[in-house]
Amino acid sequence: MPYLDHAATTPMLEEVIAAMADAMTLVGNPSSLHTSGRKARRIVEESRERFAAALDARPSEVIFTSGGTESDNLAVKGIYFARRADNRARRRVLVSAVEHHAVLDTVQWLAAYEGAEVVLLPVDQYGMVSPASLLSAIGNDPGSVALISVMWANNEVGTVQPVAALADIARRYDIPLHTDAVQAVGSLGVSFAASGVDAMTVTGHKLGGPYGVGALLLKRDVSCVPLLHGGGQEREVRSGTLDTPGLVGLSLAAELAVQRRPEVAARLARLRARLVEGIRREVPDAIVNGHPTDRLPGNAHLSFPGCEGDSLLMLLDARGIECSTGSACSAGVAQPSHVLLAMGADESRARGSLRLSLGHSSNESDVDAVVEVISAVTHRARRAGMASTTPSVATIPPGAGSATRPPQVPAAAGRMR
Amino acid sequence: MKVLAAMSGGVDSAVAAARAVDAGWGVTGVHLALSRQPATLRTGSRGCCSLEDSHDARRAADVLGIPFYIWDFAERFQADVIDDFVAEYEIGHTPNPCLRCNEKIKFEALLDRALALGFDAVVTGHHAKLIDGQLHRSVDEGKDQSYVLAVLRPDQLAHAVFPLGDSTKQQVRAEAARRGLSVADKPDSHDICFISDGDTQGFLRKQLGERPGQIVDGTGDVLGTHDGTFGFTVGQRKGLKLTTPTASGEPRYVLAIQPKSNTVVVGSARDLEVDLIRCERAVWTNTERSDDFSCLVQMRAHGMVSAADITFDGSGDSVAIVATLRDVQRGIAAGQALVMYDGDRVIGSATITSARRRENHSAAPQGATVHAAAAVSS
Repeated sequence: MPYLDHAATTPMLEEVIAAMADAMTLVGNPSSLHTSGRKARRIVEESRERFAAALDARPSEVIFTSGGTESDNLAVKGIYFARRADNRARRRVLVSAVEHHAVLDTVQWLAAYEGAEVVLLPVDQYGMVSPASLLSAIGNDPGSVALISVMWANNEVGTVQPVAALADIARRYDIPLHTDAVQAVGSLGVSFAASGVDAMTVTGHKLGGPYGVGALLLKRDVSCVPLLHGGGQEREVRSGTLDTPGLVGLSLAAELAVQRRPEVAARLARLRARLVEGIRREVPDAIVNGHPTDRLPGNAHLSFPGCEGDSLLMLLDARGIECSTGSACSAGVAQPSHVLLAMGADESRARGSLRLSLGHSSNESDVDAVVEVISAVTHRARRAGMASTTPSVATIPPGAGSATRPPQVPAAAGRMR
Repeated sequence: MKVLAAMSGGVDSAVAAARAVDAGWGVTGVHLALSRQPATLRTGSRGCCSLEDSHDARRAADVLGIPFYIWDFAERFQADVIDDFVAEYEIGHTPNPCLRCNEKIKFEALLDRALALGFDAVVTGHHAKLIDGQLHRSVDEGKDQSYVLAVLRPDQLAHAVFPLGDSTKQQVRAEAARRGLSVADKPDSHDICFISDGDTQGFLRKQLGERPGQIVDGTGDVLGTHDGTFGFTVGQRKGLKLTTPTASGEPRYVLAIQPKSNTVVVGSARDLEVDLIRCERAVWTNTERSDDFSCLVQMRAHGMVSAADITFDGSGDSVAIVATLRDVQRGIAAGQALVMYDGDRVIGSATITSARRRENHSAAPQGATVHAAAAVSS
């Protein structure tokens, strides 16, 4: 079954499954002092070293977490709390308008409950933040900035952000910079040391590793207030019994993903080109979103004018092809993508979009399967059109007087039966 | 046959979808998301649009082994159902949002999309029957929903499937339990799904703001004040907060809502009695009618049934339907639907615009006609 949703999650690597299965046969809490505990601890620390090496970080900079969402929350809240505690004036949080909800909703929470002021950094038509806009947001008041968070690569449209240039600016003003690199590791060369960022989110299940395990890479000189209190694991920043098999899986997956990246990324770029060219040939008015060159190699994000993303997804699913309308949402309600809207797309284009994401197990037949059906699928989805979600006009009872009326949206596509 | 099963997360739509699967059809389950902020609609188990409901619908689809999606109809629902509901109250009418939702959302927006996507029909868990394409009451009189479906045209009913019409609610629940559907004993939904706390007045006040006005009796004497006419429905007795009792000690009822003067008119129960009802916007569920006929009419979702003679006044698009009731009824409000039945078969429906007492009716006291007429004309 063609699976083109690797950005949501990608199959676990066989080597990882085998290593984790081995680790699961062992007993021992890594915090215990006896022999079994020490054995488990040794596995944890070896995993930490392996993981750090894969990402060009120091082992002491690795804080294991339960995944991307927790790492984002820990970085954003933890650094905000610490910076604010140092200096009450630091209440501004600068984040790109295209962040994952794990960052966006977190900063909105800080604004609602912790006195933060959120500054959304605008993006261009490709979804890219410019260093100039960061400079202008910092403005003449760098002392009021608690932190900056800009993702390494966007999960929806695949655009890679100019993290190094942003990090230069952050360093100049001595403001901590966090980046969510969940989508980047394994697709792009990611070096924590060379990136200049102070904190970086990574998660296992996007790399061929297990769900529920991730890490925050955090520079030693950056203070971060813990969100989870308890046993004091992970430098007192993240309490909780360490998940030995999970960390074995995470670190091996990271190592293999980084090792194989040059070959995999090149292959994904070729597959993506084949996919995008094929779709454009079949559906000439399809719009390819995201940056043309500075991008994740395996991500293709397209808008199909006149189509509902919901309809496209269902029609492809019915033909055995799995993809996404954007980032998956717990409620399952497709909302117009904030990323597309921030890029200046109108709501109908935002809603009529699909993300087709390739990964380590993708091949040409996956791509060709999409190209083969995309014309028929978009044709049908276009017939379903926007009509069914656009309010009908003729709902006004006579004699309505001055009553509030529904918005008068002309049914441009027409209602078809 | 390929069908789309609208799954609210309740027991009825789950069993309806299950029966569609049993029929050998290709069934795809869809839950309609009716609010962009699910928490703003009812939470818990009593409504049709909460996150918990979408979860329940998903679990039912899992048990049935059918694909399941959540489709966003929030914009349509806001415009066609919620805004319409508020606007109707604002002009002194009493709308039925469930009826409007069937008309505009389930059997228009959803059905249109379903047909365009290659489905043949929409399956719902409504308690009603289709016999040879004609809408009939459910065998379960207490749960019958033919009233809220009577706004559907033949072309809509042609693509509707109601698998539950021959079963009682009790049978549906038992079947759900037998099938291992977790919603088997989920409580029925009653209130308006988009008013999460059940406080319709509070909802309308939030939407429309307070608009203080006077409460008067039939002679125009001011008896009290109100915060907004939208808080009142014709026939309402409670919540008037009047301090001056009537001379006879009889309770007072809302007779009329006059939005232009922002006045609520109250009077006795007898003043509420009407038997001549004028309607517009007729929808014929099967064949178009233009000659006078006799039938049963129903003016509430449940109950308020009377034999009536139907006549037509005017022609073309502006034709009015006049129902002369054999028995007087109390508390008929403009905006409500009058549904016409031949036995258990639905003939059609129309929207009530005014109601009054027939002038030759000897029992009506002088003056009552005027008040009752005022009650529902706008």
